[in-house]
Amino acid sequence: MSDDRSLFEYLLRLADSDLILAQRLGEWVGHGPVLEEDIATTNVGLDLLGQSRLWFAYAGEVEARFNDGSGRSEDELAFLRDAGEFRNLMLVEQPNGNYADTMARQFYFDVWHELLLRGLAESTDARIAEIASKALKEVRYHGDRSADWVIRLGDGTDESHRKMQAAIDGLWMYTGEMFDVDAVDLALIDGGIACDARALAAPWRQRVDAVLDEATLRLPTDVWMQGSNGRGGKQGVHTEHIGPMLAQMQWLQRAYPGARW
Amino acid sequence: MYAQMVDTGAKKLRSPEEMTPEERAFQARVDADIKIEPKDWMPEAYRKTLIRQISQHAHSEIVGMLPEGNWITRAPTLQRKAILMAKVQDEAGHGLYLYCAAETLGVSRDQMVADLHSGKAKYSSIFNYPTLTWADIGAIGWLVDGAAIMNQIPLCRCSFGPYSRAMIRVCKEESFHQRQGFDIMIKLCRGTPEQKAMAQDALNRWWWPSLMMFGPPDASSVHSAQSAQWKIKILSNDELRQRFIEQTVPQADFLGITMPDPDLKWNPERGHYDFGAIDWSELYEVVKGNGPCNRDRLRARVEAWENGAWVREAALAHAAKRAAAAEKAA
Ligand SMILES: [Fe+2]
Ligand SMILES: [Fe+2]
Repeated sequence: MSDDRSLFEYLLRLADSDLILAQRLGEWVGHGPVLEEDIATTNVGLDLLGQSRLWFAYAGEVEARFNDGSGRSEDELAFLRDAGEFRNLMLVEQPNGNYADTMARQFYFDVWHELLLRGLAESTDARIAEIASKALKEVRYHGDRSADWVIRLGDGTDESHRKMQAAIDGLWMYTGEMFDVDAVDLALIDGGIACDARALAAPWRQRVDAVLDEATLRLPTDVWMQGSNGRGGKQGVHTEHIGPMLAQMQWLQRAYPGARW
Repeated sequence: MYAQMVDTGAKKLRSPEEMTPEERAFQARVDADIKIEPKDWMPEAYRKTLIRQISQHAHSEIVGMLPEGNWITRAPTLQRKAILMAKVQDEAGHGLYLYCAAETLGVSRDQMVADLHSGKAKYSSIFNYPTLTWADIGAIGWLVDGAAIMNQIPLCRCSFGPYSRAMIRVCKEESFHQRQGFDIMIKLCRGTPEQKAMAQDALNRWWWPSLMMFGPPDASSVHSAQSAQWKIKILSNDELRQRFIEQTVPQADFLGITMPDPDLKWNPERGHYDFGAIDWSELYEVVKGNGPCNRDRLRARVEAWENGAWVREAALAHAAKRAAAAEKAA
């Protein structure tokens, strides 16, 4: 794979995880446990959606370099690719479930996302560094908020503790994928363009342990990590949940081909 | 409008001679455009009416999130998705300012929410209509937010300080809401024939309910007179409705879509548009709970509240634990 093709793939992974999580958070709007949470959840969703658009824009430009000058627009990339072409982590496509499930998903992702963006802010690719620096400012707040909720729910009532523990357990198997690297990553790590996700595993685990400890929660053991064989969301192999989600998200664009909105 | 049929408890307006000295002093301040603040003396009926009006308004913002919110996941472009999310989030913010304004009158947000869920408190009839196509999102921004602005701009001058200040903040955001809605309509009307048909269909369905947002005709409303005297209603239902029509007709012409009212035409003698008869029985039925979506809307709110109960309880329990730990450490 040429460097530009690898870069394109890499950018899609960044864009897709942001978009798919934003799409999930959009489902909460109007249905949160309290009005302030509706507002906060929407904020996070809006941030992620905005970040995905920046990554998509860059991806389209990179695509044009190896595709005779024609790169896809953000909407073509978001609405006209099928599930197998999506490169998001399986974690972010998992259903909202209850508020503990949503917060566990968010927490696992946020801690990783912040570490990743910190790495990418130092990328040798100036555009990546610029987008990552901008996103980092937003994502720090996301991580504080989701950690806070994990703690409140973990160390709240018996019921909330039970639900939070179940959420932490249920989503754990989707976290391994975040630290795997494949040929796409390797092609970009050496030049300092991509962030080496393997190096994020230890600091991620440290932060997760500290928060779970305060939350009186424990991580499960002996879990087979999904996608760890190089066939996960980043490679386009997803869970069943992505299909209905894309059907809903892409429906208008698919039903009225070529229409402008 | 967002507060459509607010009961003031008044059978008829009272003359100054019939008022107590306190009431007379209060009315004099209102007449002199001095804002009433929460700590000031106010007639009990004024307080109660305002609680009803502001809470109805707040509930409308919150219930109003539902018909639009359900299109966030289906918005046709990423930009539209972002705009719609921001818009619906604004509505949540409006609800919040308004609940806070009502709380200054001595009612808790929990109580107001409970009254909404029990059906005791009302919200605007408009949110009991379904959003069936993407064009409905355009029509809501254009017509519903447009009508809201029409009503809320005068309310920026209302007599109750916290309500007036909430309206000033809200109005700043409403004009963005209206513009994004109109922009959706423009895109559809300049799009494919199917898109234009979608826009026309949305106008057909939203036009009459939008006119009903301003409430029943003046002739049948003693409450409006009392509210006007208290300056918590600045313009009458019929005046606002007429202004709204005047503003909106040229916009429909610009879009090239047709108002679903064969009797709508410019009357040069009156200097206003004449329009067809509004089916008030529909408004009364929708307000009573018999609109197409009343049950769904209320169920969605109650479910969100009930499903969130354990989360709210956990947050309280955790806060209590923290406070206890801090006390022990001190
Ligand atoms: Fe609003
Ligand atoms: Fe609005």
